[in-house]
Amino acid sequence: MLARLLIVVFLGAAGISHAEVGGDAENGERLFRQCSGCHQVGEGATDRIGPHLNNIFDRPAGAAEDFRYSSGFQRAASGGLVWTYDTLDDFIENPRRLVSNTRMSFRGLSDQKDRDDLLAYLRQFSASPGNIPEAAPTAVAVDHEVAPEVLAIIGDPAYGEYLSGECTSCHQPSGATEGIPSITNWPADDFVVVMHAYKEGVRAHPVMQMMAGRLSNEEIAALAAYFESIE
Amino acid sequence: MTFNRRTFLGSAAVTAGLLAAPMVRAQGKPRVVVIGGGAGGATAARYIAKDSQGAIDVTLVEPTRTYYTCFFSNLYLGGFRDMQSLGHSYGTLAAEYGINVVHDWAVGVDRDAKTVTLAGGSSLPYDRLILSPGIDFVDGAVEGWDLSSQNAMPHAYKGGSQTELLKAQIMAMPQGGTYAMVAPPNPYRCPPGPYERISMVAHTLKEVNPTAKILIADPKENFSKQPLFEEGWSDNYTGMIERIGPDFGGANVAVDPLAMTLSIDGDVNNVDVCNVIPAMKAGRIAEIAGITEGNWAPVNAADMSSKMDENIHVLGDAAAQGDMPKSGFSANSQAKVCANAVRGALTGSTVFPARFANTCWSLIDTNDGVKVGATYEATAEKIAKVDGFVSQTGESDDLRAATYQESIGWYDGIIADMFG
Repeated sequence: MLARLLIVVFLGAAGISHAEVGGDAENGERLFRQCSGCHQVGEGATDRIGPHLNNIFDRPAGAAEDFRYSSGFQRAASGGLVWTYDTLDDFIENPRRLVSNTRMSFRGLSDQKDRDDLLAYLRQFSASPGNIPEAAPTAVAVDHEVAPEVLAIIGDPAYGEYLSGECTSCHQPSGATEGIPSITNWPADDFVVVMHAYKEGVRAHPVMQMMAGRLSNEEIAALAAYFESIE
Repeated sequence: MTFNRRTFLGSAAVTAGLLAAPMVRAQGKPRVVVIGGGAGGATAARYIAKDSQGAIDVTLVEPTRTYYTCFFSNLYLGGFRDMQSLGHSYGTLAAEYGINVVHDWAVGVDRDAKTVTLAGGSSLPYDRLILSPGIDFVDGAVEGWDLSSQNAMPHAYKGGSQTELLKAQIMAMPQGGTYAMVAPPNPYRCPPGPYERISMVAHTLKEVNPTAKILIADPKENFSKQPLFEEGWSDNYTGMIERIGPDFGGANVAVDPLAMTLSIDGDVNNVDVCNVIPAMKAGRIAEIAGITEGNWAPVNAADMSSKMDENIHVLGDAAAQGDMPKSGFSANSQAKVCANAVRGALTGSTVFPARFANTCWSLIDTNDGVKVGATYEATAEKIAKVDGFVSQTGESDDLRAATYQESIGWYDGIIADMFG
């Protein structure tokens, strides 16, 4: 009893995991058909429109040799993104949330069971993948999508303009992208999703985690409304 | 502190109402005079002019026509930037934002008459005065050094000709010669600045003068990003840099600019370059205005107003504000809070709550960038730190290179934010 309690406490402390465990690999193989137009996995898999996915678990993002990654992927990779069960789960749920400007044109799998199944399938092609969460009896699936009521907040552009002063110390309103990405003319929903990803620490950049960390839902909405509006 | 927007807007409306009522003016537009065209002053002038859309008359007083940033000047010493890339003019602020840019020295402030006197003799009336004068040096801070010594022993702690002089002296050092730095005591402009400078000087010497030595006399036990710099120095500039802290007399120094010697705790060193960065104080006009206490000008965190005069605001290095480091980023951040408050006071526009941020990037070697940053908010007592981060030792080359690229992006960003 004590041992079991300790395990539960340990898993809780390690932050594992929003993803359910033990997905259905057979169903995952069926789901992979929507990926296979661009990605290959298994024996003889090569890079096509997207990189091959053999040994994707524990591979740093953007690390497939000879594959030309988008600038968004290169940025995420230099920020230290590594593909684990959790990061893959986040990415498949909504690719833009984790990597801006990825060329991966995929709307995402919103169903946690589907993602677990797909990851169970992909896991088979990674050699002794680490960091796969053991079954934790207390694991509760956390919805990583931004709640609809948060997305529905109408931002106040005037407040957003004031708040934007914190952004324009680094990000240029002109849309210049050297060294620091542009944040103008984003669709407001994308802006909100990405800022919440920083706020929750899903995206890895320390400055952005800090800046987003103290923004309320209303403030993120106000910024999104402002940046969507400027020329 | 989190704000519920509805309650906040309610309270702001009350505040604006109270402040706006007495500001009905008999004649003309309200006038704001800004002294100092750096990260604080240029930003404040631009935001007030931009956001008031002509409702406020903005005058910016700055002696130089081309402003050379002190931030990134170390990269010039390291050969990563040319001087031209650090120079910026006020043309856009005048032409696009209607700011009256006056190239002159402010030499007097009459707080009762609310006027500023310029060296050229003219007088500028103001409703609100914003002082962003940067730093000056404390007289007698380093024995044997005063401002008349700055050509022999440059401080290079204001951008421009001093930086060029220091670079020329470094390039003229004899092979195997010694570059010495007298580091400043706290508080001072740009906490990692002296140590980034050491890194950049070492980078240059490693290329042109690899047997040269670097000697630092430092009155401080510890300094900003110390583990990161020491790791970089040990890895990239092995055996080149010696730092003498207060334990070994680093606070007990004297210089002789004629003999080119630096004495540390009585031990006389012959040096080839002596970069003296003395203790600092607020730019002189703050003292002339009578709003300093000790070396700095105390301010209220909510709007950067002087604790001595509600019609004067102080930005950047000159202000004693609490937890923020003295940096261009901090000054730029404070300027936007101040601009919002000044505009509210003069035109009744909505005053949003103060929020501040700072990030300081430093370059240790080629593509080896590090950073430290924090967010802040206003309390009744001071600007108080909320949250922060710092780069870690042992980071990957890719991350360090990305951090350096980010710093270049930041430079372009803040320049656009200051000068339009």
